[in-house]
Amino acid sequence: MSLIRMSSPHVYKANSTANVMRLVLLATLPGITALTVFFGWGTLIQIVWAALLAVAFEAAILKLRRRPLGFYLSDGSAIVTALLLAVAIPPFAPWWVTAVGVFVAIVIAKHLYGGLGQNPFNPAMVAYALLLISFPVEMTRWTSPFVLNGEGWPVASFMDTLGAIFGSVEHIWYDSFTGATPLDELRHRGGLTTEETWRQSLVLSQGIGAWHAVSAAWFMGGIFLLYRKIITWHAPISMLLALAVCATLFYGFDPDSYADPFFHLSTGATMLAAFFIITDPVSSATSNRGRIIFGASIGVLIFIIRTWGNYPDGVAFAVLLLNLAAPFIDLYSQPRSYGHSRANKGRGGKA
Amino acid sequence: MTTVITAILILFGLAVVFGIILGYASIRFRVEGNPIVDQIDALLPQTQCGQCGYPGCRPYAEAISNGDAINKCPPGGQSTIEALADLLDVEAIPLDAEHGEEQAKTVAFIREDECIGCTKCIQACPVDAILGAAKQMHTVISSECTGCDLCVEPCPVDCIDMIPVETTIANWKWPAPAESRNLIATDRGRGELQQQEAH
Amino acid sequence: MGKVFAFHGGIHPPENKKQSTRTPIRKAPLPKLLYLPLQQHIGMAASPLVNIGDRVLKGQMIAEPVGRISASLHAPTSGIIRSIGPHPVPHASGLESDCIVIESDGQDEWIEHQSIEDYTKLEPGTLIEHIRRCGIAGMGGAGFPTDVKLHLGDDHIVNTLIINAAECEPYITADDMLMRERAHEILGGIRIISHLLKPSHIMIGIEDNKSHAIHTLEQVLKGCELNIDIRVVPTKYPSGGERQLIKLLTDIEVPSGRIPADIGIVCQNIGTTTAIYRAVHHGEPLISRVVTVTGDAVAQPQNLEALIGTPFADLLDAANVYENKLYRLVMGGPMMGVTVEHDQIPVIKTTNCIIAATIDEMPPAPPEQACIRCGMCEQVCPAELLPQQLYWFSKGREFDKARHHNLFDCIECGACAYVCPSSIPLVQYYRFAKSEIRTEEAEQRKADHARQRFEARQARLEREEAEKEARRKARAEEAARAQQARKNNENAAATAEPAQDISALKTAAAVARTKLKKAQKALDAARESGEGDISALEAAVQAAQTSADQAQKALDSADKPSAPTAPAAGADIKQLKTAAAVARTKLKKARDALKNAEDKGLDGLDKLRATLSTLEQKAEEADKAFKDAENAASSSTEATPAAPVDMKALKQQVSIMRTKLKKAEAALEGLEGDERSQAEQALEELRQRHAEADQAFKAAEQAQIDAAAAQGVDLKQLKIDAAMARAAVTKLERALAKTEEEQERASLEAELVTARDKAEQLNKTLQQHEPA
Repeated sequence: MSLIRMSSPHVYKANSTANVMRLVLLATLPGITALTVFFGWGTLIQIVWAALLAVAFEAAILKLRRRPLGFYLSDGSAIVTALLLAVAIPPFAPWWVTAVGVFVAIVIAKHLYGGLGQNPFNPAMVAYALLLISFPVEMTRWTSPFVLNGEGWPVASFMDTLGAIFGSVEHIWYDSFTGATPLDELRHRGGLTTEETWRQSLVLSQGIGAWHAVSAAWFMGGIFLLYRKIITWHAPISMLLALAVCATLFYGFDPDSYADPFFHLSTGATMLAAFFIITDPVSSATSNRGRIIFGASIGVLIFIIRTWGNYPDGVAFAVLLLNLAAPFIDLYSQPRSYGHSRANKGRGGKA
Repeated sequence: MTTVITAILILFGLAVVFGIILGYASIRFRVEGNPIVDQIDALLPQTQCGQCGYPGCRPYAEAISNGDAINKCPPGGQSTIEALADLLDVEAIPLDAEHGEEQAKTVAFIREDECIGCTKCIQACPVDAILGAAKQMHTVISSECTGCDLCVEPCPVDCIDMIPVETTIANWKWPAPAESRNLIATDRGRGELQQQEAH
Repeated sequence: MGKVFAFHGGIHPPENKKQSTRTPIRKAPLPKLLYLPLQQHIGMAASPLVNIGDRVLKGQMIAEPVGRISASLHAPTSGIIRSIGPHPVPHASGLESDCIVIESDGQDEWIEHQSIEDYTKLEPGTLIEHIRRCGIAGMGGAGFPTDVKLHLGDDHIVNTLIINAAECEPYITADDMLMRERAHEILGGIRIISHLLKPSHIMIGIEDNKSHAIHTLEQVLKGCELNIDIRVVPTKYPSGGERQLIKLLTDIEVPSGRIPADIGIVCQNIGTTTAIYRAVHHGEPLISRVVTVTGDAVAQPQNLEALIGTPFADLLDAANVYENKLYRLVMGGPMMGVTVEHDQIPVIKTTNCIIAATIDEMPPAPPEQACIRCGMCEQVCPAELLPQQLYWFSKGREFDKARHHNLFDCIECGACAYVCPSSIPLVQYYRFAKSEIRTEEAEQRKADHARQRFEARQARLEREEAEKEARRKARAEEAARAQQARKNNENAAATAEPAQDISALKTAAAVARTKLKKAQKALDAARESGEGDISALEAAVQAAQTSADQAQKALDSADKPSAPTAPAAGADIKQLKTAAAVARTKLKKARDALKNAEDKGLDGLDKLRATLSTLEQKAEEADKAFKDAENAASSSTEATPAAPVDMKALKQQVSIMRTKLKKAEAALEGLEGDERSQAEQALEELRQRHAEADQAFKAAEQAQIDAAAAQGVDLKQLKIDAAMARAAVTKLERALAKTEEEQERASLEAELVTARDKAEQLNKTLQQHEPA
């Protein structure tokens, strides 16, 4: 009789990378719904387009790297990357912007570094930052809220949106649907105080609810992920806390020049970043303590870039900067192991 | 004029002060001469086999510290080369086949009924791992044998074998898990194959 | 009920315990063959006390412990020792190890054994020795010899005894059933341990999924005099890990690299307590244990009390295994157990469970995917390590870094691999890294050792060289000193003790003679010419004559004792011969001189005659001495053949004799008369001697041949010759393989052929003579 011989353990939790990715996709549903409801079909179209491209690029590059397609494609990580990029770029961005973005994300930021698990930077954020720098016009032309049901706002149908994205409709047409985001408004307010800006801006005074709703939806998705133990609380909570603390300090000190903490937490990509971007395990810090440091640093950086930087939202840059610092954080945030009085620090070993 | 003199004086003063500080530091924080030869010697496998062309590990260590190549040690193999490359901060190069190839660990064994007791192997053994006397049968203390095979050549009756060290429960090592992440397309289904084999 | 704390991480795998608790513990049927590995515990393997073919009784010690950390082994039933040798054992490597195989005779006959009446009256050391004699080793899984743990009270302050009843691994219910059915034995065992270690506090750590066992224990503990606490801990794997349980119950962590006793805690497994109880109260050594036989591939999962050494197959049969469904056989739990490759592997002291799993129950692990650093492993690690960092380091062979990340604190519980979404065999990576590091360390140790030996040898060689050099120098100095001394002596001898040195005396005598001659010549000249002071000259001649006489006398006196001593000294024949020859020559010369003088009618004839007579005497003496010595020598040569014979010397002797004989015969022809008859006589003698020597030689040779025929030649010599010939052949072959030159090859080949022939011949002879 000859039986199988292998190392313990002999049982495994029914759990797989593909499963993790599926749950992440599931958790993005509220956010996608909210985006679609308030900002039109553009987001959905971008997601589908980006996902198709991502799978195609992934397949091509796997072919080039001579890896079995089925085995690697089935982990679903490419689709998650595409989705996170698609929800971050403006709903009316032209098709080639998305295409360039997905190419950069999958081919350059992921596979050139060795594929899943080896990429030092969050692929979606690399792509986003690159697009933001390369195509500032297209990337800052966000849609006005409530494009699906007017009440004083312009309305765009599905086919029109599709046409706009794939270039069959004149620019002038969809110019009427686009507007600044709340962060844009606040960033480019000239010499006005915060309160004056609020009163003057249509987006801020009437449309802010849409952004709040979208943030709430991402937050819901995040709670779901926490509940399913896909992510840990450390990074998101510390990031949100750090952002809130910074905002409170400055707002309390000078309410005229700075936005209130709730505004910071509920607009832009804050919630998306907190639960879906910085929790990307590959490019973030490893240990719980490391994640707290990682998240908090991103929170502070987001506030700094938003307040004093050149770009209205700083999530992508903050995340990329901290991705860079993650290995270093790992070295100095090892947990204290059982039976040790202190945690180890540094790399250990030679060189 | 005074400014110039002042400047010169200040600079001179600074020079003296720093000179004193440097002088003190050089005495106070003096690093003992780095015994690089010892460090190299510690990495060599100490088989004393002489395959590198030097009469023992230490002479080779000295040669390395004087710039000889680090790839002349077949018993140490690639891992020793890597360790040396790491220590000396040079490129790890493949083993120089001229000096022999990396082989499984062996231990000398004397076929005792053929031994004529000539003591030639005893004189050849660099670590005194062979026991015996003239006209008496010799034997190898296997725990002390480094497997250098220097005793094989001198034996006039060819009664010494180098036998590979047997794997027992005591020295068995866990193997590294089979790589499947770097599966290439031609290996597709290797995982399933293994499963089938297992059935 | 005391407070229970928490440890980091942990998982909740499906328990699968209910299946095997439905029926009570049943005795397993007596197997036909029992395989008892000599090493079932941590430490040194036991050393067998029995031989193949011995009959042993149940409970008889068949292997004794070696060294401090070791355990003895007992026959689980009566029977015959069939073999002692390698047999597969339950080990992750699947390799074989030495086992004692007992064929049971079915009588199950106990050896005489005795319980200890009142262990409290015994010396603790004696009691522990009794437990050691009973071969008890930790039955929870590690198999650490229990007596060593019981000695911990000697050099540690033990204030807490923890009885590990957590049994956190899925499937296993052996301890659970033991508690349900033998709670009294457990309590008895705890009493003994407590008596030995004298802890102030005893805790039984038990998971909350064993309510029945908890209830039974509580019943038994009612009214117990000991301070025993049952601490119910939440069901979470691996709460039964020693360090985890200590953290759970006391909130203290065992420092890394230390043992619990260092913080005043000793842990014992439930199974071990019953074994101790039986050893003390019944005198029974550890020869059986409760084994859970479970898994989907058996029809009746249950707990069996099996003899140590029972092959798994017997237990599986007892539980009605479905052979065709069996896919994986695990000894131990599903988290940390080892797979065994076939079912003839025996139960050992640490076998708490056998899982016969189907393929659906324990499917092969899916292929390893990329680590996405999700960190789930870190969340479940009970040792609070960074499993994925360890994984990267192990995979990248950066063992230094892995160590720095506390790889050796990993308890290999498998929680990380259990949760890993990428199905990475993390535990195997750690085991791989650990064994690599251990091997590396062992190699380093060995290398250091080799270096030490090498250096020691080098130093020794140098020392010997130096000593040799010193000796050589000393010898040279000695020689120089001796030379010096001799010179000094000579000088002294010339003046003070002329008798000492003959050659010096001779010189002196010669000088005196010369002087005398010169003086005489001068006197003659003076007389002839009639000039000068003749009387003064005569006086001078007189003086010279006296001194010459004196010198001669001294020489003679010195010479005389030296000549006769030589033969007495035991006869350097050669020297004697030379001396005789010299004497003869001198004699001849003297005779010549005498004749000459007589012819010429010179003065001093008398003196010359006198000298001649002395010389003749001396020559005779020398000749006699030589002959004596030669006789002695020949008699000794004649004696030799009787002794065990130097054949070579004998042969030489014979050939010398022959030569002499021939020479004598040749000389005979040239002689006449008296001499001839004399010579003939001598020749006869020689012939006789030659015949004797020849006979002796032949006899010796015959004896040797006889001896060889009797004992098979000189086997050793023959063997050596044969081996040498073989070696020569291989060497030639090697050389042949190396050379490419045509001519050289040809000559080598020719040589090889001869060498082969010779080797073959020798081999043949060897085979003939070698005792079959």
